[in-house]
Amino acid sequence: MNRKMFRGKKYFIEALWEGLLKISGSVTSIIIILIILFLFSEGMGLFKNNIVEDGYVVAVNSKNKIENLSPQQIKDIFDSKIVSWKELGVDVSEDEIIIFRLDDVTNYVSEEEIGENLENLPKILNQILEDNPNMIAFIPESYTKSNFSSKILDLGNIKISDFLSGKEWFPTASPAPQFGVVPIVLGTLWVSLGAILIALPFGLAVSIYSAELASNRLHKIIKPIIELLAGIPSVVYGFFGLIVIVPLIQKVFNLDVGETGLAGSIVLAIMALPTIITIAEDALRSTPRAMKEASLALGANKWQTIVKVTIPYSISGITAGVVLGIGRAIGETMAVLMVTGNAAVIPHTLLEPVRTIPATIAAELGEAPKGGAHYEALFVLGCILFIITLIINLVVEYISSKNKNKVA
Amino acid sequence: MEYRKRKSLNQSSAFWLLKIMSFIVVGILFCILGFIIINGFQAISWDFLTKMPEDGMTKGGILPAIIGTLCLTAGSMIFAFPIGVLSGIYLNEYAGKGWVVKLIRTMTNNLGSIPSIVFGLFGMSLFVNTLGFGDSIIAGSLTLGLLALPVVIRTTEEALKQIDVSYRHGSLALGATKLQTTVKVVLPMAFPNIITGLILSIGRVSGETAPIMFTAVAYFLPMLPSSIFDQVMALPYHLYVISTSGTDIEASRTMAYGTAFVLVAIVLILNLFANALRRYFSNKVKTN
Amino acid sequence: MYNIETKDVNFYYGDFHALKNITMSIEPNSVTAFIGPSGCGKSTFLRLFNRMNDLIPDTKLEGKVLIGGKDIYKKDILVDQLRKQVGMVFQKPNPFPKSIFENVAYGLRVNGEKNNKLIEERVVESLKGAALWEEVKDKLKKSAFELSGGQQQRLCIARALAIEPTVILMDEPASALDPISTLKIEELIFELKKDYTIVIVTHNMQQAARVSDMTAFFYLGELIEYDNTSKIFTNPSKEATQNYVTGRFG
Repeated sequence: MNRKMFRGKKYFIEALWEGLLKISGSVTSIIIILIILFLFSEGMGLFKNNIVEDGYVVAVNSKNKIENLSPQQIKDIFDSKIVSWKELGVDVSEDEIIIFRLDDVTNYVSEEEIGENLENLPKILNQILEDNPNMIAFIPESYTKSNFSSKILDLGNIKISDFLSGKEWFPTASPAPQFGVVPIVLGTLWVSLGAILIALPFGLAVSIYSAELASNRLHKIIKPIIELLAGIPSVVYGFFGLIVIVPLIQKVFNLDVGETGLAGSIVLAIMALPTIITIAEDALRSTPRAMKEASLALGANKWQTIVKVTIPYSISGITAGVVLGIGRAIGETMAVLMVTGNAAVIPHTLLEPVRTIPATIAAELGEAPKGGAHYEALFVLGCILFIITLIINLVVEYISSKNKNKVA
Repeated sequence: MEYRKRKSLNQSSAFWLLKIMSFIVVGILFCILGFIIINGFQAISWDFLTKMPEDGMTKGGILPAIIGTLCLTAGSMIFAFPIGVLSGIYLNEYAGKGWVVKLIRTMTNNLGSIPSIVFGLFGMSLFVNTLGFGDSIIAGSLTLGLLALPVVIRTTEEALKQIDVSYRHGSLALGATKLQTTVKVVLPMAFPNIITGLILSIGRVSGETAPIMFTAVAYFLPMLPSSIFDQVMALPYHLYVISTSGTDIEASRTMAYGTAFVLVAIVLILNLFANALRRYFSNKVKTN
Repeated sequence: MYNIETKDVNFYYGDFHALKNITMSIEPNSVTAFIGPSGCGKSTFLRLFNRMNDLIPDTKLEGKVLIGGKDIYKKDILVDQLRKQVGMVFQKPNPFPKSIFENVAYGLRVNGEKNNKLIEERVVESLKGAALWEEVKDKLKKSAFELSGGQQQRLCIARALAIEPTVILMDEPASALDPISTLKIEELIFELKKDYTIVIVTHNMQQAARVSDMTAFFYLGELIEYDNTSKIFTNPSKEATQNYVTGRFG
C-alpha cells in the first residue's frame, strides 16, 4: 500500500518536473520571438512617419507643377544646395528657388498685419506663396487648414528604399530628418573588416603556437591570460583605446584627431583575439593524434604536418571561430563608441572618424524622444544588426554542422 | 640533401615567426592588464571604494556605482540561473533529436550571438516602456538576465555532456527514474563544472554596459537605491561617462583609472575563485 | 518453466536490422553466455531484457520478450519496476561518486525504501553476496572511487544484488579488468547462480566455457546456435560456430 503511494507520487513528480524543464527549455525561443516582435514593431513605425517633421507641411505656389521630393532633395533645397527649379525637373516662371520658413514672414509683412494672436497668419502665408511662384515654404500644418489655396506637397511617408540607400544620417535635420543608413553600415563593415584583418593572422599564430608548439608550462600561462582577457568588460578596452591607442594613432599618422576607424579596428582586434584563439585552438587540438603521427611517420616534419594535416583537418572549426569573431566585432558597442569618433559620414580611409550601427544606437537613443521618427529609426538599426548577426550565426552553425559530418 | 635543408629551414623560420607573433600578442595583452592595474592601483583607497562621487565626479568615491553593479548583477543571476540551468538540463538530458529541439537549440545559439545593444533596445522597449518599470534595477536586471541566459544554458549543457553515459545507465538499470538519475547522480557529478561556469558568467554580466544604458543606469546619482524600481549608477557606465563626457575629463582621469581597475579586479577575482574551486573539486574527487 | 523467453524478436536501429528472428528460452538459476564477434547483436539482445535499448532513439522492436511469463514490452509495464527486477552490470565499472555504502543503498533509496535499518542490513548482505564485504567493511563511508577496478566491478554487482532482482545481466563484466580480478568475478558468478538467473555477454571464450551452463552464438544479428556449453565448445552442430570457437575468425 505504502509502496503504491510512493510509486504514484514518484510518477507525478516526474511529470511535473518534465513539464517545468520543457517550459524552461522554450524560454529562449520565446525571448527571441519577443525580441523580433518588439524590435520590428517599433522599427516599422518609422515608415509610417512623414518625410518632414511631424505637424509641418511643405507648400508651393498653386501653379507649380512639382509633385514629389525626396528627403535628400528637401534637405538640399533648404541648405541652398539646390537653387533652381530646373534641377528638380520643373519649369517655373522664375527659376531661382526662394526658401520660406515661418520666421521669414516678417520680411514680407509687418507684425501688425499678422495680428496680435496671429489670427491673420494663415491668410498671409497663402498670400505670400501665391505672390511668389518660385517659393517653397516649410510651415506648420495648422495654418493650412482652411481656405488655403496654395499647393501642399503630398510627400508621403519615409520609404524603406530611401532608408536603405540614403547616404546621409542626420536625424535632427530640419525640415526633413535624414535617415540614410549607408554610411553607418559601411562604417560598421570597415571597422569590423579592419579588425579581422589584424586579428586573423595574430589569432592563428597564437592558436597554432599554443596548440602545437608551446611547452606545457607555457601553455598553462598563456591559456588563463587569454581566458581572463575574454572576460574583461568592453568598456575597459574602450578606455584603454581612448587613452593609449587614440593618441598613438594621432601621433603616428599626424592627424587632427586620433579617434578613427583604425583605432576602432585595433581595439576590436584585441577584443576578438581571445574568441578566435580559443576556438581555433580547440579545433586544432581536436585533430586525432593518430593522423598527425601518421604524417610524421611518413617523414614529414612538424611544420609540414601542421600545414598539410592539422590545419586542413580543423579548418572548419577555425573558420567558425573567425566568423564568430567577426560577429562579435560587428555587434560590439562600447569600445567602438569610445574610440571611433562617431562621425556619420561615408568613410574613405580607416584614418577618418567613422560610426558603426551599435555605436549609433548607443549614442543617440538617450536623446531621441520616445515614439518619434528618430527613436524608431534607431530600432530599425537594431533590426538590421539583429539580421546581420542572425545570418552570421546561421553561417557558423552551417560550418560546424559540416564539420560534424566530416568527423562522423 | 638540398630539399631536406630547405624543409628544415622552412620549419624553423615558420616556428620563429609564430613564436614572435605569439609573444607580441601576449605582450600586448599583458600591457593592457599592466596598464590598468598599475595606473588604477594608485587610485584605489578606502575612501574611493566607500564614498559618494564629489565635484562633478572628479573626486570622492564610486560607492553608488559599486552597489548598483552589485544589484544589477545579482538581479540578473536570480533570473538567469534557475531558468538557464533547467533549460540546459532539458536540452541535454530530456530533449530527443526532433525538429522542435533542433529549433530550440538554434534559438539558444542565436540568442547568445545577439549584440548586447540589441538587448538594450529590447529591454527598453519591453521592460521600461511597455511594462512600465521605468529606468530601474528590475528592468536592467531582467535585460542583463536575458543576455546571461544563453551563457548559463551552454555552461550547464557542457558540464552535463562531460558526464559519461554509463553513470546514467547504471542508475536507470537499478530502477531509478529519469528524475532520480538526474538529481542524484548526474547533477552532483556536473556540479563543479556548472558552478565554475556560472561564476565566470557573473564576471561577464557585471561588465556589460550597452544593455543597462537605457534600462537602469543614471549618469550621476549620489545615493544608494532603496527599491528595485530605483535607478542606479553602475561601474561600466560610470567609466564610460567619466572618460568620454564628464564635466572635466582630465580631472576625472584618476577616477577613471580607479573604476577600470575595479572592473578588471572583479573579473580577475572571479576567475581566480573559479580556478580555485575547480582545483578544490578535482582534488576532492581524487582523494575521496 | 523458463525465466526468460523471446519469440521472433527483430530489432532495428533506424534502417539497420540488428537482430533477426531470435527465439530463445533461458532457465532460472543458470548461467547463459552470449558469444560472437563484435557487432553481432549479442549486447543489443541482452539489453532488450531490461529495456535499456529504450534509451536509444529511433529503434524498433518486433516480437515478444517475456520475463517470468510477463511480456515486458506491454504498455502497462513500468520500466523502472522492470529494471528493479532485472539487474545489470556494465562493461566498465561505473560506481557513482558516492560512498561505498551509498552506492549499494542507491537502488533501494530510489525505489522508495526509507527504513534505514533494513537498508543497512541489505547493504551488508549484498556486499557479502558480491564477495566484497571483507575488503570494504572498515571503509563503508569512503568514496567508491578509492576501490580498485575489480573491487569497483564487484561493488556494481553488489549494487545490483541489493534491489533483489531475479535476473542479472552482465555486459562483458570482466573486459576492463586484470586476470586476477576477472577470476574473482567468475567465481562470484558461479556462486550467484544459486539464487539468480544470469546472462552474460563475453568476448572471452574461455570465460564462457568456464562459467556458463548454456552458450548462445550470435553472428550478423542471427542466433546461429544455442546449446549446452560443453556441446558448443566440443562438438558444435554448425560450421560457423566451429570456426568461431576454434578461433578461425572473429
